[in-house]
Amino acid sequence: MKLAIRGGLVVDPANDVNEVGDVYVAGGRLVEPAGAGEFTAELELDAAGRIVCPGLVDLSARLREPGQEHKATIASETRAAAASGVTTLCCPPATQPVTDPAAVVELLPPRTARAGMARVETLGALTHELGGKRLAEMGALKSAGCLGVSNAGRPIRDLGVLLRAMEYATTFDLTVFLHPSDPWLCGDGQAHAGAVATRLGLPGIPETAETVAVARDLLLAEQTGARVHFCRLSTGRALDMVREARNRGLPVSADVAAHQLHLTEEDLLGFNSECHLDPPLRSKQDREALRAGLADGTLDAVCSDHQPHERDARLNPFAATEPGISGLETLVPLTMKLVEEGIVELPRAIAALTSRPAGILGLDRGSLSPGSPADICIIDPTGKHTLDAEKMFSRGRNSPFLNTEFAACVTETVLNGRIVFPFS
Amino acid sequence: MSIDNLQLDDQSRLRHFLTIEGLPRSLLLQILDTAESFAGVGERAVKKVPLLRGKTIVNLFFEPSTRTRTTFELAAKRLSADVLTVDVSTSATTKGESLLDTLRNLEAMYCDMFVVRHALSGAAHFIARNVAPHISVVNGGDGQHAHPTQAMLDMFTIRRHKGGFENLKVAIVGDLAHSRVARSQIHALRTLGVAEIRAVGPQTLLPPCLESLGAIPHNQLSDGLRDVDVIIMLRLQRERAQGALLPSTHEYFQFYGLTEEKLVTAKPDAIVMHPGPINRGVETDSEVADGARSVILQQVGFGIAVRMAVMSLLLGSQAAAEREGNQ
Repeated sequence: MKLAIRGGLVVDPANDVNEVGDVYVAGGRLVEPAGAGEFTAELELDAAGRIVCPGLVDLSARLREPGQEHKATIASETRAAAASGVTTLCCPPATQPVTDPAAVVELLPPRTARAGMARVETLGALTHELGGKRLAEMGALKSAGCLGVSNAGRPIRDLGVLLRAMEYATTFDLTVFLHPSDPWLCGDGQAHAGAVATRLGLPGIPETAETVAVARDLLLAEQTGARVHFCRLSTGRALDMVREARNRGLPVSADVAAHQLHLTEEDLLGFNSECHLDPPLRSKQDREALRAGLADGTLDAVCSDHQPHERDARLNPFAATEPGISGLETLVPLTMKLVEEGIVELPRAIAALTSRPAGILGLDRGSLSPGSPADICIIDPTGKHTLDAEKMFSRGRNSPFLNTEFAACVTETVLNGRIVFPFS
Repeated sequence: MSIDNLQLDDQSRLRHFLTIEGLPRSLLLQILDTAESFAGVGERAVKKVPLLRGKTIVNLFFEPSTRTRTTFELAAKRLSADVLTVDVSTSATTKGESLLDTLRNLEAMYCDMFVVRHALSGAAHFIARNVAPHISVVNGGDGQHAHPTQAMLDMFTIRRHKGGFENLKVAIVGDLAHSRVARSQIHALRTLGVAEIRAVGPQTLLPPCLESLGAIPHNQLSDGLRDVDVIIMLRLQRERAQGALLPSTHEYFQFYGLTEEKLVTAKPDAIVMHPGPINRGVETDSEVADGARSVILQQVGFGIAVRMAVMSLLLGSQAAAEREGNQ
């Protein structure tokens, strides 16, 4: 289908574009006609007053399939992704069973193709069964299509194993995705070790659980030459170390979950289990540092860290609830809120949702370059709405932002030249 | 929903008793005054008042407890309520039944109040938020968060001995990091307006940011006890001395155990309290525990009066709310 999207503010950070213009699609690809008059569209979208940007690339979304279909499925969550402007999402290997080469080749492609709502990429395991003891078959995982390797937040206590795993990953030129959290310092912690945890009587997770792990991982990366990506940073101090390492020329990148840029430990008061997160919500100073890190580019990407849960997973006292937010549908509203508040420039915010995460995954996506697959997201910056549990597309309705009013919303999502949202 | 809104109804009456935090001074004084009126009941030949006749109170204990459970039971019985004690730690939940399912089943038995003890912080809040609207919840201790009736009986004891709270210096000694009792005491002492609250213990047993609760941390017992009017010893769980928090109970006693010699820096009329059960030779030696300044056994007796006060106030608010509803 030939599609013309006219009159929107085209924001394409990869090509340094930030101006009102038209975007053309033909044969599933972005095209650049010699002149506007020479393109006969079968469908015209009026995007005046809207932002037209590349389809979003989400570095971490858990689809819960296979293994936890009582929480969500590939079909339900890719649909939520389409409604959220996300055209590529990347799954950590923490499925049940743990992602193996066969699953990547045989299970995921037919199921995602059947859903037809988003491109689904996967990370492979860094250690066998994520157990932290033996190396995973990284070569086979790469051949099967995994874009990187990760232990999905499970600890690798033996640093000798971590060192070898990083070394081995370089053999196959795989980026190592790390969740920096020292298991000993983390202990049985439930919340940031600070005033709120003390008040609520929740075991604390000190800042050093993250900073010690980042320092250690940076040294291991330096020694092994591995390309590392830090997932879901939560502290300002860790960010400082990443910034310093990058200035020294180390191939290091980092992301943050959208909600970490808005919430703090204070949001736990009253035992709000919707704010039970891993890593935990930290202090206000940490949140300010994360925002500054996004603005200056130290944080490459903002992701949804989507973790849908069934209702029962939340119906328990705080410590007994499962951590995580159903985050897809608030990814754009929360990130755009930072733009509205003048904290981050629009092109930088869009880059953190598109070109930068695509680069981290080594994907030639996240841009509106002519010739690339037509994955497009259209955002209405004045699309005032309230997050309503009943109207969420994800199977998981677990969000601390329910009933929160947002200014921006996604109005259209184009995947491979086809309008996948609004749903036909 | 804020903690205050959960505990108080729109007329600022007590709906649930979950934490001292956020409750007004007047309400704490009302609990103490009401407890004062019940304090004599236990000494009478007929140890009952008919205030809660026809009411059903369920003690829901997800964690073992002897002292708290029996004083709650006695308090309810002295108010003429019907009492059912469910030891959930050995029943339903071990069979995989969820906390909420247990709750729904008990609700169906038409009870008026749950007294809840649970090993997880926030459990009482969770139950209060999810319980049927006609049921009041009393927190009988949740994880490391709060134990408000224990704190109120401690306040009762302090007022009995010191006459009031202004100008008092109070030292809380021991494992504050893991203590729900200490957290509730700090909130209560602060609300009732004492001059100074000190938190005394080794650094590993003091939680971060104690100052934000209104307590001043001290690592040396002699400094912490200087000129205090009240000393509250906390129980040290023996397993704390088996990991990385303390080298041994022996060393703990050497530096933080209360003895007559260490009491010299405190005021001569300082009282010594302990929520029990005492580890003799760990938190305190027997000379102090059984000595003239110890009020530890009185605390237990006062616990019944204070719990009677809390229960009667809660069911009183229920009745008042019902009357308003009928008008």
